[in-house]
Amino acid sequence: MSSNQSPADGNSGDAAASADLLEVDGVVKQFGGLVAVDGVSFGVEEASITGLIGPNGAGKSTLFNCITGVYDVDGGAVRLDGEEIQGLSPTKVARRGVGRTFQTPKTFRGMTVRENMAFAARHQTGERALGALLRPGTIREEEADVQARVDDTLEFLELDHLADDYASGLSGGQRKLLELGRVLMLDPEIIMLDEPVAGVNPSLTDDLLARLRELNDRGRTILFIEHDMDVVMENCDRVVVMHNGQTLASGPPDIVQDDERVVEAYLGGVDR
Amino acid sequence: MALLTGWASFLVAVATIGCIYGLLTLGLNVHYGYTGLLNFGHVAFFAAGAYASAIVTMPPPSTVTNASYELWLNLPMPLGFPVSLAAAALVGGVLAFLIGLTSVRLGTHYLAIATFALAGVFSDVLVNEAWLTNGSFGMNSVPKPGRAGLTADEWQLAYLAFAALSLLVTYLVLERLVNAPFGRLLKGVRESEAAAKTLGKDTNAVKLKSFVIGGMIAGFAGGVYAHYLGSVVTAQFVPHVTFTVYAAMLLGGAASNTGAVVGAFLVVAFEESTRFITTLYNWIQSTLPDALSGVLPALFGPLPNNPSFIPSMRFVVIGVLFVLVIRYRPEGLFGDPAEIQALGEEED
Repeated sequence: MSSNQSPADGNSGDAAASADLLEVDGVVKQFGGLVAVDGVSFGVEEASITGLIGPNGAGKSTLFNCITGVYDVDGGAVRLDGEEIQGLSPTKVARRGVGRTFQTPKTFRGMTVRENMAFAARHQTGERALGALLRPGTIREEEADVQARVDDTLEFLELDHLADDYASGLSGGQRKLLELGRVLMLDPEIIMLDEPVAGVNPSLTDDLLARLRELNDRGRTILFIEHDMDVVMENCDRVVVMHNGQTLASGPPDIVQDDERVVEAYLGGVDR
Repeated sequence: MALLTGWASFLVAVATIGCIYGLLTLGLNVHYGYTGLLNFGHVAFFAAGAYASAIVTMPPPSTVTNASYELWLNLPMPLGFPVSLAAAALVGGVLAFLIGLTSVRLGTHYLAIATFALAGVFSDVLVNEAWLTNGSFGMNSVPKPGRAGLTADEWQLAYLAFAALSLLVTYLVLERLVNAPFGRLLKGVRESEAAAKTLGKDTNAVKLKSFVIGGMIAGFAGGVYAHYLGSVVTAQFVPHVTFTVYAAMLLGGAASNTGAVVGAFLVVAFEESTRFITTLYNWIQSTLPDALSGVLPALFGPLPNNPSFIPSMRFVVIGVLFVLVIRYRPEGLFGDPAEIQALGEEED
């Protein structure tokens, strides 16, 4: 099953490979007889924006779930900062520094936007029952800190006017922004977004992409799944193309765009 | 001199039971209202606490008729009282921990089935392990703390004051907990476990903590109950208790501690009101003019004159109350509709 032990698959065989923050190395995931992810390998450079594209059913979301510990991998390795993280629980993967969103946003609907955001802050004394009862001073200080960060982040995402609304009342696009905001509160090393602009209205899409680029300018590493070729080509430093559970191509957008195999996968084998 | 007569005595009794149910409802509200855990075995924690209190304070079996229990501590009152209540809370918490350890990973109605079944098993254990619980005879000599120095009425009032104080303190502690980041953590786990996990929270640990806290409160309520009645019998700890507590919580409003307390008092009052059905029937009948005297018997028939009539009516009253709340005010009296609209739903 784990025949893909070698990282030398032509995609990441250069010297830059050692600088990758996230390394996906021959990851395999099977569901019964179906091989959803079949030996995918690529790297995500620190402080880059990497797009993960591919037709429906290519295994992109499954791969996300493999990286974040939702699924156990059947082979291969996932490394963050050189340390293997495959096989860890989603909780532990998140604590190691991988933040993610979902294709269908999983906001806390019965909580306000502010509560949603503050939830994600790490190392809260007040999250322990005894801490909550016995250390009001510490909690007040920490909470002031957390709320200040919430305010900053909401302002950055232009959600500040909705801070006290319940998440159940948000539009689809606003929910995606809120999920991104929560991930920012987690303050991870890498941000993984599953179709961040799908189903979001065009003006909000541009906003969201601008936010992502600004985050990247501030040194954030971003890996995102996207269907829209234009979005990927305009916003990514590097593109990874998946097809039938495998890495079809990877590299800078302009090179990948002209790759025959990619065109074929997307356009369904048009002869040229 | 009788301090309390008729009505007053009845109201004091109802208020004391109201306080005990208030505690139970606060406990369940931690599980369901704040964490979304469908616990259908709440009565088990209540029973565990009551039996723990009984065991640590019962006198030696040689002094009690029909005694077959082999474990007793005979802690002297009143100093043994706080120890007994602490033991009740502890045992309730331990039972919740054990049940939680096996079941808390289950979602929604699977947890409901598991907790319901485990509560049934626990109830069977109480009936059958007579060396510990005195079986179906029950523990009928649980001391009433301070009873020796007071008249019956004074003691009733003093115990009501104590029960009310316990309820108040529990309420304040819980308010502090749920308004701290801990409450936010519980709610997030309630709303989406998957999201909570990907934000680095250990959801199983959170659910277990919630389970233990609610179990401790229910166990404590059991201790207060045991020393109030002076007897602990398996027949008191039936699933009906769990459903009554659910009715109280939903009536008051899930995820609201104020609602839990108010709901508990209302439901207990409603239940107790059933004992006046016969009185009400006779009163209406006696005030109706002769021409209409056939109306009530025609509508309802003559009221059955057997002892199980009133207890059975309690189920009907609770059922009607339940239906009215769900139909006309699903968020309850103090619940926030925006907060609890998705409560108990499965995640998408």
